[in-house]
Amino acid sequence: MDEDIREKEVELKLDEEALRDNSSEWKAFMEGVKKENEQKRIKAEMDKIKESKKKKGAPMKGTDWIKFAVLLVLAILFVMPIVLVLMNSFKGKLYVSNEPFALPNNESFVGFDNYIGGMQDIGFWSAFFNTVIITVLSVGLLVLLTAMCAWYITRVKTWYTKLMYLLFACSMIVPFQMVMYPMSFVANSIKLTSIIKMFDSSFVMPELLQQPENILNIIIMYLGFGAGLSVFMFAGFVKSVPVEIEEAAMIDGCGPIKTFFMIDLPIMKPSAITVAILNAMWIWNDYLLPTLILPNDEKSRTLPMAIQYLRGGYGSIDMAKMMAMLVLAIIPIIIFYFACQKYIIKGVVAGAVKG
Amino acid sequence: MDKVVKKHFALFALPTMIAFTLAFLIPFIMGIYLSFCKFKTVKDAKFIGFTNYGRAFSDSAFINALKFTALFTLVSVILINVIAFIFAMLLTKSIKGTNAFRTVFFMPNLIGGIVLGYIWNMIINGVLLSVPATITSDASYGFWGLTVLMLWQMIGYMMIIYISGIQNISPDLLEAAEIDGATPWQKLINVTLPQIMPSITICLFLTLTNSFRLFDQNYALTAGEPNKQTQMLALDIYNTFYGRVGWQGVGQAKAVVFSIIVAAIALTQLYLTRSKEVES
Repeated sequence: MDEDIREKEVELKLDEEALRDNSSEWKAFMEGVKKENEQKRIKAEMDKIKESKKKKGAPMKGTDWIKFAVLLVLAILFVMPIVLVLMNSFKGKLYVSNEPFALPNNESFVGFDNYIGGMQDIGFWSAFFNTVIITVLSVGLLVLLTAMCAWYITRVKTWYTKLMYLLFACSMIVPFQMVMYPMSFVANSIKLTSIIKMFDSSFVMPELLQQPENILNIIIMYLGFGAGLSVFMFAGFVKSVPVEIEEAAMIDGCGPIKTFFMIDLPIMKPSAITVAILNAMWIWNDYLLPTLILPNDEKSRTLPMAIQYLRGGYGSIDMAKMMAMLVLAIIPIIIFYFACQKYIIKGVVAGAVKG
Repeated sequence: MDKVVKKHFALFALPTMIAFTLAFLIPFIMGIYLSFCKFKTVKDAKFIGFTNYGRAFSDSAFINALKFTALFTLVSVILINVIAFIFAMLLTKSIKGTNAFRTVFFMPNLIGGIVLGYIWNMIINGVLLSVPATITSDASYGFWGLTVLMLWQMIGYMMIIYISGIQNISPDLLEAAEIDGATPWQKLINVTLPQIMPSITICLFLTLTNSFRLFDQNYALTAGEPNKQTQMLALDIYNTFYGRVGWQGVGQAKAVVFSIIVAAIALTQLYLTRSKEVES
């Protein structure tokens, strides 16, 4: 815009010089043009200032400072619990329960003892890797398969696709307790071991394959449980994609498979990110489903199970080790949060609005 | 195009459908049937009619859990939504660092229920040292502890939804109200609140269902202590299944009642607040 004005001015100046006509009429006209240009420039500058103000936020007034102070206090209160956990994770067991709000001092400081001891007690690394594997594989499969399913049931309109949509939608309200007992029975009977045992009752799954079998089992359950929300969200998005694009692709010789993977899947990326984040948060933190399906031994546990395991049989908890393990459980979440904070907040809100 | 796509059911829809059937549909139908049966394992189920439902309602632990859950849901839904709305109003003003504040307030939402439970177990026991007591020495400590935990977890989430609602209000409406001489309070009641009804619907729905179905937090914070007094419905059902031999059928009946209550609450609430939403 500025450049436009400048160009015009240069043109006008050239004209002026070329003409060198000092008639008063011409002067008045020139003045008018100049004024107009000046006004335009001022307006453009004002707009710029306004925009930059919007970005930086207007300067704060007196009452705003009070609000800022209130928010700051609240923010500190919100961070406090995590700071307390971190602080206590370096203190001895007795000091955690007797003076949890005191900073670690010479007497109570135990270094990384709680971390080392706790990690040994719960088998931290295997729990961590189990959780990572289960979360990554389940979320990957969920995103791909439910996107395909959602596309199919929105594009094909018959009685059974409508029924499927209805069932997926209903499944979102049903609480887990309703299905948990029969579900653990189904999960156990579809295990490879159980199926082979029907034919050969003396069969024992080789130890090497037990872990992959359990993981496959729980992934199928997560796929089934996450399907409701994920299909529902993808379907909402597919409805907004014009069918004409797909028809054009098909006329050009793409089959349905190619059309879906080359055309639809790339456009579905924002929804896919939302679905992935919502499911990742759920599966990473889930306690009950893995407890019911996975064997409760050191090599099979997930992270939430391992933390609960610290409680011990009769309610005796080593709170110092617990604090250290809580820190280790929170760190990956915080890293994940700061790495893709923009997507997480957007995704969670989008998920809420549609769900 | 329909017909060409239709042939690919096996590729596109079948894998999800199989998993959904195994993880949800079959257990759901089995669950309804089993609630009318006496059983120790799924295979030896015998049909006994409504007996399980009778036993469920005459079980004082279940009734107590129902009361505790209802009261907890009521208190936490009100507190979460009021506080989250105030936070949202503060953060839509021209105050420095709004993004940083949002980040901080939202963060607890990502932490899992079991971890949250133990964090607050430590803090509340620490606070109660001055009484002296522990969180499991009185049911009211457990109640308020759970409420504080829930506030910490949910406020940031609800705040974000309210913020997006408030930012969608057209500034013209607020300006018009100002020109007509509306006080800030009148602007809030007559302009802002009606305009963000969709956000209120969502937030109420999420807080209601999440509070009512709470399990992990309850389990890790108090585990129902003292004497099952702080046990919520989900935990009571879990304990009935896995803690009392011969009560599996009753547990399943409780679960059916629980599902019906959750569905009824969610649908009534959606119906009520949707009808108050205004066209904007």
